[in-house]
Amino acid sequence: MQSEQKPLLSVRNLKTYFFQDEGTVKAVDGATFDVYPGKTLGIVGESGCGKSVTAQSILRIVDQPGRIVDGEIVLRGADGNDVELTRLHPDSREMRDIRGTEIGLVFQEPMTSFSPVHTVGNQIVEAIRLHCGVNEREARIKAVETLRQVGIPKPERRIDEYAFELSGGLRQRAMIAVALSCNPRLLIADEPTTALDVTTQAQILDLLRQLQEQRGMAIMLITHNLGVIAEMADDVVVMYLGRVVEQGPVDAIFHSPQHPYTRALLRSIPSIESTPRVELPTISGSIPHPYNRPSGCPFYPRCPEFIPGTCDQAEPALRAVSEQQSVSCFLYQSQVSQGQGTKPSEGMA
Amino acid sequence: MAETTSPNIGPALPASPREMLPQELPTSQAEEQIAVATQWQLMWWRFRKHKLAMVGSVILILFYLVALSVDFLSYADPDASEAQRSLMAPQSIHWTDNGRLSPYVYGLTGKRDPKTFKRVYTIDPEVKIPVRFFAKGFEYKWLGFIPSDIHLIGVEGARADETLFILGTDVQGRDLWSRLMYGTQTSLFIGLASVALSLFLGVVLGGISGYYGGVIDTVIQRVIEILRSIPTIPLWLGLAAALPGSWSVQQVYFAITIIISLLGWTELARVVRGRFLSLRQEDFVMAARLAGCSQMRIIFRHMVPSFLSHIIAAMTLALPAMIISETSLSFLGLGLRPPAISWGVLLQDAQSIQALAISPWLLIPSIPVVVAVLAFNFVGDGLRDAADPYG
Amino acid sequence: MIAYIIRRLILAILTIWAITVLSFVIIQLPPGDYVTSYIASMSASGIGVTEAEAQALRIQYGLDQPIYVQYLKWMGMIAQGRFGMAIEWGRPVMDVIGDRLTLTIVISVAAIVFTWALALPIGIYSAVRRYSIGDYIATLIGFIGLAIPGFMLALIVMYVGFKYFNASIGGLFSAEMADAPWNWAKFVDLLKHLPVVAIVLGIGGTAQMIRIMRSNLLDELRKPYVMTARARGLSEARVIMKYPVRVALNPFISTLGYLFPYVVSGSIIVSMVLSLPTVGPLLLKALIAQDLFLAGTIVLMLGVMTVVGTFISDLLLMWIDPRIRFEKQ
Ligand SMILES: Nc1ncnc2c1ncn2[C@@H]1O[C@H](COP(=O)(O)OP(=O)(O)O)[C@@H](O)[C@H]1O
Ligand SMILES: [Mg+2]
Repeated sequence: MQSEQKPLLSVRNLKTYFFQDEGTVKAVDGATFDVYPGKTLGIVGESGCGKSVTAQSILRIVDQPGRIVDGEIVLRGADGNDVELTRLHPDSREMRDIRGTEIGLVFQEPMTSFSPVHTVGNQIVEAIRLHCGVNEREARIKAVETLRQVGIPKPERRIDEYAFELSGGLRQRAMIAVALSCNPRLLIADEPTTALDVTTQAQILDLLRQLQEQRGMAIMLITHNLGVIAEMADDVVVMYLGRVVEQGPVDAIFHSPQHPYTRALLRSIPSIESTPRVELPTISGSIPHPYNRPSGCPFYPRCPEFIPGTCDQAEPALRAVSEQQSVSCFLYQSQVSQGQGTKPSEGMA
Repeated sequence: MAETTSPNIGPALPASPREMLPQELPTSQAEEQIAVATQWQLMWWRFRKHKLAMVGSVILILFYLVALSVDFLSYADPDASEAQRSLMAPQSIHWTDNGRLSPYVYGLTGKRDPKTFKRVYTIDPEVKIPVRFFAKGFEYKWLGFIPSDIHLIGVEGARADETLFILGTDVQGRDLWSRLMYGTQTSLFIGLASVALSLFLGVVLGGISGYYGGVIDTVIQRVIEILRSIPTIPLWLGLAAALPGSWSVQQVYFAITIIISLLGWTELARVVRGRFLSLRQEDFVMAARLAGCSQMRIIFRHMVPSFLSHIIAAMTLALPAMIISETSLSFLGLGLRPPAISWGVLLQDAQSIQALAISPWLLIPSIPVVVAVLAFNFVGDGLRDAADPYG
Repeated sequence: MIAYIIRRLILAILTIWAITVLSFVIIQLPPGDYVTSYIASMSASGIGVTEAEAQALRIQYGLDQPIYVQYLKWMGMIAQGRFGMAIEWGRPVMDVIGDRLTLTIVISVAAIVFTWALALPIGIYSAVRRYSIGDYIATLIGFIGLAIPGFMLALIVMYVGFKYFNASIGGLFSAEMADAPWNWAKFVDLLKHLPVVAIVLGIGGTAQMIRIMRSNLLDELRKPYVMTARARGLSEARVIMKYPVRVALNPFISTLGYLFPYVVSGSIIVSMVLSLPTVGPLLLKALIAQDLFLAGTIVLMLGVMTVVGTFISDLLLMWIDPRIRFEKQ
């Protein structure tokens, strides 16, 4: 893709598993993608496919039975040096500084993302004081300023309120303010609009776009909503059961989807042009139980183009199908073997 | 369980509706049976993984087996007192005699210390009293109808004054082991009876509260809240003290059961209400109501089975409190009264430090109390986790 | 916020009312009445009471009137601070109770302080290091603490103290201090005796509190705000102490409403065994002797005490939990 620029964040073959008594949940199982500075990467997939765990892995805040078992996450530092995040201890000073100042995180649930017994201001000021080395008063001024930037009216009053006193939209704005308080270069937004009504959704997306323009930060936008992707993303990563099945620029994904799963996803968006009262096409079958992952290509039990003897035997690797688009599907493997792939990610196995 | 292809987890997986279609549709009744079996089976699988709960279950089964066969396990009349044998220490059993397995105890001779007036016992190595398994003793009816005179252990064919006291005797010279057996029976069954009564109160009031909601719910909840913020022991002490002294053992037994059950019902009512409230929202109850089932039918066909597991767990957790209550009340002399025998009545003898200092074995009945309460707690915890893995 | 206080206050008043009724029931339950027991105690001391005198006494005490009138009269007496006579002692009830009520409060509060001081850190540790060895040990100790009734623990402690340390554990004061008037030395003496009592009394509650704190905190640790706090770059210790622990503390503090009655209840039995000068042994004696005004008053006092304690804990909760402060209605 943007070969003129180096990626800000490179994720290679990331595997994050949850080790439980009942079995191992392979929440992320070999995800590979890049986030470029100033661009928006959309990550899309059905719920449960490991999008949130991917985000948590990048920040090294995966919850208890979970562990990153393989892969690398490289962050290009502001000084041009690469940092390998998987090498850092999750609670180390370095990793914690990255969390506050390089990467910000916004969650789906603005209500529960704030502590119910602390004021919004308390949580912003805390982050600012920790990372910007300023005193309480300066931090508060900066916090009010950030709240104003994210479009919260009367920020000097709102700063002393609790999250449950704010409306859903304001809460999400406040959440964004917390994430942006120390000017991160990458904002990870995990389903930032899912819990909001449609009007508020649009406002929050506008805000994100506007903040991106102002600050030139990269956004990793996680969603299961292809409409949001179409509106926001520059590049798209389609995930299925912890793996990247297809990736490419947003136009390519929407206009020439290659993977059967991507096509199925696109078919399932209701569109204004479609005839009313016609049953929406859905993807047949349901997502396999996390303990019961099929062998071979994880999608084959639901795949309309399932090739017996191939798809259920081996896992396809992510291969380039065009200049910028790559797919992991045996339907395209023959083309690749004819040799024109230039993707950086062939060497998966 | 770690194996991904384990057939065990099969039924729990959400089956795709499309895959179901071509297959033969089972009749609704058969379907119901499968669903029920699966639910209990799932619970059992989860319960089985809870090690402490499994240990606790085994202990409880043993306890109730003991309670069912006290006559077989004891070898002496628990009420036979004998001043000559007051406060004898536990005898130790010697298992082999001249290299052969032939358990015996030494005889004891008691004398009154002329200075302290306490009876002092000395081992008489000349007298070996043979201890036999499955020995003949006093006659009894096992489970109330099978006549027998076989006891687990006993001294067969010995003279009347050569007897066995494996846990020693109390002040009145009664055999502690035999009394402990009978006490176990009383304490365990009084616990069960109280829990059954609490359950009745809890299910009726909690059920009404949760099923009807609204004002009735508010009133019952407030009453429960009030009851829970009152220190219960003084109140129950007062109630227990008010029992007329002339009442028979059975009457007192019954009254104490009621008083103890008054302690435990609020928690059960809370659990029942919570289940009712959450079930009210569930589709299948709504469906049953729409299908025109009567309310009673809704409650008993659909709601009760689905939370039976929770109730069993709550009951198991309530039982230890009942047992402790009975023991405490009786210990203070306000619960069961002699000649009734329970763990609390037995521990009454250990009330003063003077008594304990001389005859510490009187504290032995506290061991089964602690073990039983622990076992009930383990099992209750296991049941609760199994019934509600996400709760 | 005002609504919350008012609701709690009404509930407290209702509870006190329920306690007065129950205490009255206790006074009324045994066969016979105050005069019957008065006559009994009189004749025991050799003074005969004629039937006419008895009837006069009944009228004087209003015992010939319907039960609810008697209840109201009793309430009226209490409102004036008169609690009747302790028959067995031949002195006013309040005289007999004296310091004992205060000492009951002192040991109950000490037990609760001990309970919390132990349960909080252990509960936090158990939740944060779930399924670690330490968690299992804490859980096991908690179970055992739960399984040993208070009186039994008191017996065991006393026996061990006697047998192995040759110390007589029991009482709240040394022998020479017991009847001394209050002064600094007596206070220090009390403080020395308090720990053992607090431990014996508090251990059962500690077991429960550890479990409550652990499960509260486990619930909170799963919530997204913990993850966002981590994402802000706070250190793990700070994340946990500032957020989930702080939030889990609220329901924990609200358990005070149950812990307090539980500890006060327990204090009665433990006091019996350890012969503490609290109202416990007095109540037991009064109940056995059917000294009903004394028994009724003690039950009433203990009840009111726990209600007040619970009310204070409600206010405390309101003070620390903004969600309650801002609750509408
Ligand atoms: N803390 C956890 N413990 C166990 N399993 C988890 C945990 N968090 C996520 N998972 C599992 O990881 C998988 C991916 O979850 P997630 O990343 O949240 O999906 P989504 O794409 O909807 O964000 C799911 O199967 C989920 O059950
Ligand atoms: Mg998610």
